[in-house]
Amino acid sequence: MLLALSSPMLSHYLLTGAVLFVLGLVGFISRRNMIQMFLCTEMMFQGVVVTLVAFSAFHGNVTGQTFVIFVLTIAAAEAALALGLVVLLFRHRRTLDASAWSALNG
Amino acid sequence: MTPTLIPWIPALAAATIGLISLFRSEWNRFAGALCAGAIGLSFVLTLWLSSSVGSGVVESGFYDWISFGSGDNAFHAGFSWFIDPLTVVMLLVITGIGGLIAVYAHGYMKGDPGYWRFFAYVALFIFAMTTLVMADNLLLLFLGWEGVGLCSYLLIGYYYEKPKAVAAAKKAFIVNRVGDFGFLLGIFLCYQHYGTLQISTMLEGARETLAAVAHGHGAVTATDVWIPFLLMVGAFGKSAQLPLYMWLPDAMAGPTPVSALVHAATMVTAGVYLIARCLPLFELSPYALPTVATVGAVTALFAATIALVSNDLKGVFAYSTVSQLGYMFLGVGCLSTDGAVFHLVTHAFFKALLFLTAGSVMHALAGQLNIQTMGGLRHKMPVTCWLMFAGCLALAGVPLTAGFFSKDLILGDALAYAVDHGSVLFFALTFLGVVTAFLTAFYTFRLWFTVFMGEEKFEMGDEHHAADDHAGDHADEADAAHDDHAHDAPHEMPWSMNGPLVVLAAGALLAGLVLHFTGGIEHAVQHSTAAVFVDAAHSQHAGDPAGDHGGEHHAYFLGVDAHVFMQVLSSILAVAGVVLAAFVFWMKREIADKAAARFDKLIRFARHEYCINEICDAAVVLPLRRLGALFYAVDRLIINSVMDLMGGLPRWLGMGVRPAQNGRIQSYGLTMVLGVALLAVLVLVATGG
Repeated sequence: MLLALSSPMLSHYLLTGAVLFVLGLVGFISRRNMIQMFLCTEMMFQGVVVTLVAFSAFHGNVTGQTFVIFVLTIAAAEAALALGLVVLLFRHRRTLDASAWSALNG
Repeated sequence: MTPTLIPWIPALAAATIGLISLFRSEWNRFAGALCAGAIGLSFVLTLWLSSSVGSGVVESGFYDWISFGSGDNAFHAGFSWFIDPLTVVMLLVITGIGGLIAVYAHGYMKGDPGYWRFFAYVALFIFAMTTLVMADNLLLLFLGWEGVGLCSYLLIGYYYEKPKAVAAAKKAFIVNRVGDFGFLLGIFLCYQHYGTLQISTMLEGARETLAAVAHGHGAVTATDVWIPFLLMVGAFGKSAQLPLYMWLPDAMAGPTPVSALVHAATMVTAGVYLIARCLPLFELSPYALPTVATVGAVTALFAATIALVSNDLKGVFAYSTVSQLGYMFLGVGCLSTDGAVFHLVTHAFFKALLFLTAGSVMHALAGQLNIQTMGGLRHKMPVTCWLMFAGCLALAGVPLTAGFFSKDLILGDALAYAVDHGSVLFFALTFLGVVTAFLTAFYTFRLWFTVFMGEEKFEMGDEHHAADDHAGDHADEADAAHDDHAHDAPHEMPWSMNGPLVVLAAGALLAGLVLHFTGGIEHAVQHSTAAVFVDAAHSQHAGDPAGDHGGEHHAYFLGVDAHVFMQVLSSILAVAGVVLAAFVFWMKREIADKAAARFDKLIRFARHEYCINEICDAAVVLPLRRLGALFYAVDRLIINSVMDLMGGLPRWLGMGVRPAQNGRIQSYGLTMVLGVALLAVLVLVATGG
């Protein structure tokens, strides 16, 4: 156990990733502010990314880490796009509340 | 070509009138002239045709109507004509009387909002009726048969804003459906049996069977027996015989010229024509013709008793038409086709005349129909009065009028048939016919004396004349001077309307005489398919065609020739009927009133048509209504609810799951997470982890 605490093991990284992902998920579901919701999705991303890097290091295979670089790049582009969308949506309704956009209901 | 033009000219006129009403409605007033002109042209063509037919047969095609199959299975029904002297007689009646009635209607319908519609229907009717009598196959005949039924429906319901007229039109159509169903089955059976619907081929086959049976080889099959019974049902429906007569009295809701043309002179005689045309088919069955004769004689008496008590001006003539048609069926039933066709022709003259004069009275009295409100109208309408008198004489069968010769030919032939065959049934039927002859004379003159003789009285009906009434024509009559208030008092009809009636009256008085002594009808029938089958080897009285009594054979009854006996007897009865009517309804009306009071219940019962309509309602209409209600309930409860279920189920399901689509992104996210969690649990459980 001490050994486990003194030197980080795969399970630590995986646990960190899972915590990040779940925090993001809970935030996404419970928050109404669109910017916060967007940040939460980013957090879920980071959770997955941590997991990928951990497995990559564990297996000695760089494919996972290469993939992470791609994901980060795409996420940056996507963040710009998403924030732009949020600004547009805000201009329409003068609010950031996501529930203002529920016209597509059954 | 000539035969084709006879029906198609009126059809063209009908189409033209229809088109005019659509595109040139200011020409609508020419509809009457167009219709009368077209029928007149057909009449002229018929005269021309009659000379080329002579005593032979003209067959001519128009186009191949229905044609399919090949070899033995081929079926052909052409729009083609078979014209023998019987057809010519029918055509002359249809176009001749039809033309006169169209001329009369031209005046009668003036100012009616549906003026053009009326003449379009009449022209269409003439097309259908001429097609019916000229058809060379049963299918085309059926087309004409249904065509006249349709026109009858349209014309009865002509005043479609009156619920009574609409109900009468529907009744006529539905009752005729019953008869037409029988007719149609008869046509099917004919096709199955003879392999063709060509009338001449079928009748040839029937005559061969008759000859074979007469010579003792060959037998009459069950099909042979059934065919005439099915055709008979159609004939009874169209010609208003018991038990399918009840549409005809109601049909009087139509305009009076229609009652004269369709429901007295032409269409209702189609049944008689059918049996006369297909006589060999009927001769094959030993029971068919006696049945026809029985139904005819019973109907004749039955309808006469109702006519005796009816207070409806047109109703009396309507029942009288049923009664006279009964005579015609008695005629064909005792193989006196010449008598039946003779009576058909004379009846067309005098009944058209009677209906049209009744129409004049009705017209003058603004639609009043109750004869008890009328009296002494001879001063107001002298011409109509004496024209109707001529018609009444003919209907009553007063000696030397048209009705006398034709009716007595039928009765004489019936008596001769009874004597020849020693048939008790035909003696009884002859007796019924004789009683009816007396009743006919009595009820006819009851009406005439009530309306035109005695004290002058009248009540105007509730139909107001159109603006362009015949006020300007009053100068025709002597009483025009004190006829200041044109709309309050009855007035004589203008000569444009009375003119055709004079021709009809001349026919009613003289046609019988002329045709009797020239033997025109007899000659025509002898040379048509209506000729009675004669087989020399079979007949015990060789050279005695049972229907032909103009020649050598004479049947004797009580030592006197049957025809002479019947002529004397019915002359006495006709005169007695007229005299009795004059006495009771003119000289001593109190006798009539007393008798009416005495037999009040019976009279009411008879006036109510012996509750036939109620019996019919209870026996047919009510069960059908019940069945309809049952089907309606089944439709509502079972079929409809199954359909509702099929439509409703997706709706209910949708209602159940619709909240899931609430448009909130968080709840979608949550659902997704829960779904993934559920899947994860399932995978774990499934892999046993």
